[in-house]
Amino acid sequence: MALKVQIPTPMREQAGGSAEVVVTGATVKAALDDLTRQHPALAAKLFDNGKLRPYINVFVNDEDIRYLDDLDTPVKDGEIVALIPAVAGG
Amino acid sequence: MPASKFATGLQCKVCGKLYPKSPINFCTDDFGPLEVVYDYAAIRPHVSRAIIESRPRNMWRYRELLPIDGAPTVGPQVGGTPLIRADRLAEAIGVDRLWIKNDAVNFPTLSFKDRVVSVALSKAREFGFKTVGCASTGNLANSVAANAAQAGLEAYVFVPSDLEKAKILGTSVFGAKVVGVTGTYDEVNRLCTQVAFKYNWGFVNINLRPFYAEGSKSMGFEIAEDLGWRFPKHVVCPMAGGSLIGKIHKSFEELYKVGLVAEAPQTKMYGAQAAGCNPITDCVKANRDRHKPVRKPNTICKSLAIGDPADGYFSAQLIKNSGGWAEDVTDDEIVENMLLLARTEGVFAETAGGVTLAVTRKLIEQGRIPRNEEIVICVTGNGLKTQDCVAEAVDRPALIKPALDAFDAIYAGTREPALV
Ligand SMILES: [Zn+2]
Repeated sequence: MALKVQIPTPMREQAGGSAEVVVTGATVKAALDDLTRQHPALAAKLFDNGKLRPYINVFVNDEDIRYLDDLDTPVKDGEIVALIPAVAGG
Repeated sequence: MPASKFATGLQCKVCGKLYPKSPINFCTDDFGPLEVVYDYAAIRPHVSRAIIESRPRNMWRYRELLPIDGAPTVGPQVGGTPLIRADRLAEAIGVDRLWIKNDAVNFPTLSFKDRVVSVALSKAREFGFKTVGCASTGNLANSVAANAAQAGLEAYVFVPSDLEKAKILGTSVFGAKVVGVTGTYDEVNRLCTQVAFKYNWGFVNINLRPFYAEGSKSMGFEIAEDLGWRFPKHVVCPMAGGSLIGKIHKSFEELYKVGLVAEAPQTKMYGAQAAGCNPITDCVKANRDRHKPVRKPNTICKSLAIGDPADGYFSAQLIKNSGGWAEDVTDDEIVENMLLLARTEGVFAETAGGVTLAVTRKLIEQGRIPRNEEIVICVTGNGLKTQDCVAEAVDRPALIKPALDAFDAIYAGTREPALV
């Protein structure tokens, strides 16, 4: 099981400069756990007391996980998980 | 006198971390939104009612409380819209004292967005951007396009492709490059975030957003000044991204902080949305910690159709903390109240104005807003942009020959007229 996590520019410093990191896992939670295992500095960026920070949105194949099963959303080989800071607008 | 020293920097609304004034809109620690901070003690000796009243009637008369360095270079005539004492509407809905803040006639593009855009593009110039852009439900598109034209900036405007034709035309006419995106506003917005990063353009509601949002405060400053330097008891405000309602409240607090109004604001803030896109009103009414995004907004009120509002959390908190409330209304109620506003006060507001009036009436009927206390309703856009929504609801004109007896017969009711 290998999938890619896309890292937004402001988090790349904590990901060793990478724009994409290959991870394994069957759910978004597992994939992000593997991501923070590879790049521990990302943990504090993404999570606060184990909860995903409110201004970070996670997309699986262009779908916001808040419309799916949040962190329990299943992911498959070859899929793309994108971390996108919640934005503005309006 | 330079205003630059008064706005001292940016601060994360979540963790409080400070950042220098720059085109960034979120905290690098937690991605919380950034807000402009001011040195109010430094501002205080530079402002007085007399100084402000001596300046031209536009939003820049409150320039010390806006985040520009030096003189405004974009939108020098924006703001200064009427606060209308709405006695006929008050009688129709059964309240004692009612005012309409009418940004349907804001210059140059007939919505409150000109306030935020003039600040954002003044900052874009300060930061050296040559190209600016926005994601928009329409009013912002019009405003960015017009103000960028005046400022000599290139503009890229991204809109949902199902937007009202009038709003698309009212953007293209100014020479902006308009990109229709087959998706919801939230999807357009997400794309723009990626474009802003990749091309390093100044997106007014993305990387310039902390400055942009401050422009909305001028609507509140004007309300307080026009009431005779005091605050109303109740303000009802439409909500899309949820920023405006917070900035109006912030404007009242600032007037108190710098000594322009002696008593602290006790204003209760009420938020209005359409039932077909109600993430913030739902958050208030269901007492949720965070709003639940609306995936596919479905309402005639496209200007408020933001399913995942950036300031959803903060606006819901403010409404509750101020002692206000929030409601949402159906498309039929929106149209009915656009007509009521037009027919009692001669104000043709866009659909969002219908939302705001309908919600006001609902809150009055619920007993949440007392009938004997002063109410201000914020009208933020012009009905000429959303004519299709009321086309079915108004009578078609009578068609007659150019002869007096033809009119006499129609007036006397003895003949049915043809219709145009
Ligand atoms: Zn922060």
